[in-house]
Amino acid sequence: MMTLPEEEFAEVAADVGHGRVPSRTRVVAGRFFATGQGRLGFALLALMFLLAFAGPLLYPWSYTEMDFSAFMQPPSPAHWFGTLQTGSDVFAVTMRGAQKSLIVGLLVAVVSTGVAAAVGSVAGYFLGWTDRTLMWVADLLLVLPAFLILAIMSPLLAGGRWLLFVIMLALFLWMVTSKIVRGMTKAIKEREYVKAARFMGVPPAKIIYRHVIPNLASLLVVDATLNVSAAILTETTLSYFGFGIQPPDVSLGGLIADGSRTALYAPWTFWFAAGGLVVTILAVNLVGDSLRDALDPGGRGSA
Amino acid sequence: MAGFLLRRLVNYAVLIAVATSLAYILAALALDPRSNYEGRSPRPPAAVIDAQLSLYNLNDHTPLIQRYLRWAGDVARGDLGRTWNGDRVDAELRRRLGVTARLILLGLVIGGVAGVLIGALAAVRQYGWFDRLSTVTAFLVLAIPTVVLANMLIIAAVWLNDHLGVQVFLVSGEETPGLEGGVGADVLDRVKHLALPTLSLAVGQIAVYSRYQRNMMLDVMDADFVRTAMAKGLRRRTALVKHALRTALIPAVTYFAFTFGSLLVGATITESVFGWHGMGEELVASIRSNDVNMVAAISCFAALAVLTASLASDVLQAVLDPRVRVG
Repeated sequence: MMTLPEEEFAEVAADVGHGRVPSRTRVVAGRFFATGQGRLGFALLALMFLLAFAGPLLYPWSYTEMDFSAFMQPPSPAHWFGTLQTGSDVFAVTMRGAQKSLIVGLLVAVVSTGVAAAVGSVAGYFLGWTDRTLMWVADLLLVLPAFLILAIMSPLLAGGRWLLFVIMLALFLWMVTSKIVRGMTKAIKEREYVKAARFMGVPPAKIIYRHVIPNLASLLVVDATLNVSAAILTETTLSYFGFGIQPPDVSLGGLIADGSRTALYAPWTFWFAAGGLVVTILAVNLVGDSLRDALDPGGRGSA
Repeated sequence: MAGFLLRRLVNYAVLIAVATSLAYILAALALDPRSNYEGRSPRPPAAVIDAQLSLYNLNDHTPLIQRYLRWAGDVARGDLGRTWNGDRVDAELRRRLGVTARLILLGLVIGGVAGVLIGALAAVRQYGWFDRLSTVTAFLVLAIPTVVLANMLIIAAVWLNDHLGVQVFLVSGEETPGLEGGVGADVLDRVKHLALPTLSLAVGQIAVYSRYQRNMMLDVMDADFVRTAMAKGLRRRTALVKHALRTALIPAVTYFAFTFGSLLVGATITESVFGWHGMGEELVASIRSNDVNMVAAISCFAALAVLTASLASDVLQAVLDPRVRVG
């Protein structure tokens, strides 16, 4: 693996003719969109976002409305994805579920990666008792069955407190990454510029923020992306059993649970929600994988 | 070395104790076994409910700390307590553990073996058609959550049964109760029940293992010792199987131990969808039925399983990889 200065040197050398050095973001974005995989993932994800957030604005039915003249109707021009037993419009509820899954997934990923970065870098920088205590807490959370704890806490979520749900999900997702971050921080701490900063009297918090975290940026970006799909999967599974997003709000997991009971004679109640979930996960995984390749200095197609 | 192991075991014991206690306290605070009795009709008198709940150490009128101490004392003596309606928790757990073990073992073995083979084949012909096909398939499979996959399998099986007019796959439970016809029919019946849940577990495992094994194999194939093996006159096939595959198998074996441990409690969806009364299903059922002692016992077992599995994967790694043994 090339070190950071070497890699920058390589980029500079490659672009001497242009007179201007492209920023790291542009290089990464260029590599990301150079692959079919990256373009496909980005397009699918953008499509899901567009459908989930703009779709309901243009659509006559909302997810709370019920059409009492159409129960369990197959897809038609009036109801694009058909209707449920209650008369709810499948397109409207599926898009609402996709909205919830996307928001929950993104927020959980950001929070849990943030916690992983903070805990891991503090543990790896200070070592000693701080390290032992923090890593012991990480071990404890790894040992606790996350599904069971989240399910027990689910009554707290009634009344639309889904932000609490986000925090609880994030609480069980940061541990493994924090251990990787800790290991890398220990190595970065030994670099000359970090030592120099320490001897100049720069406070630890500033060193971590200025020197340690930026060095871990690639790892953290990829980790956050993969956490999005992990979070969406956990959320759907909990909601499938009724422990996640609570009614009257809807979630893809709950829709799939209800739909699976009627799927045999009313396929539209199951397949649209299931398909939406699969496409979302697929898109996030594709983006994550392409980002990892694009951020890897030694990877294929590097400048 | 002995000191290191001992310290590690003590740390594990502490982790399990703290995790189980936390789960007990959370469950005792959040769950409400009283409502199970109050919901009965005719509704029993309050005094009777209180006496019943106290007998099982579930009475929410007793201070939490007292309940916790009584529970912890019992658990330390090996008694996991009673469920909310008086069954022994440990007997129930043992029964369910058997069901889960029968469910996941075959799926994990098939998934592991098939995944390793596919991954190794893909690596040997990197960027060939098989490599591309397996990569794309693995990506698609990894995007299908178990919730969706298990239900898709059921829908497909019911459709197939209807069209063939024969019950090829049975989609609910472990066996048909009251089946007659001797051992042969019984085995066939069990296989029909087992096929779909096994498939739903194996498909995901194959995808994970094949990706993993492909990368491991690619790393190893460039290694000096494989080149040396071919230079001394071994055929490519022999060198790849005896030297490259063997070395590249180590992570897969350790991963297997880890997955087995976590799936003992983690096969919740597969068990619930296919109606197998195993550990994972009990986890959901115990929360729904406000069964505090059962929730605590399952947490304890889950912690034990995860730690044993991680210990087993470390030991396996040391046994299989000479480089670890020296250090």
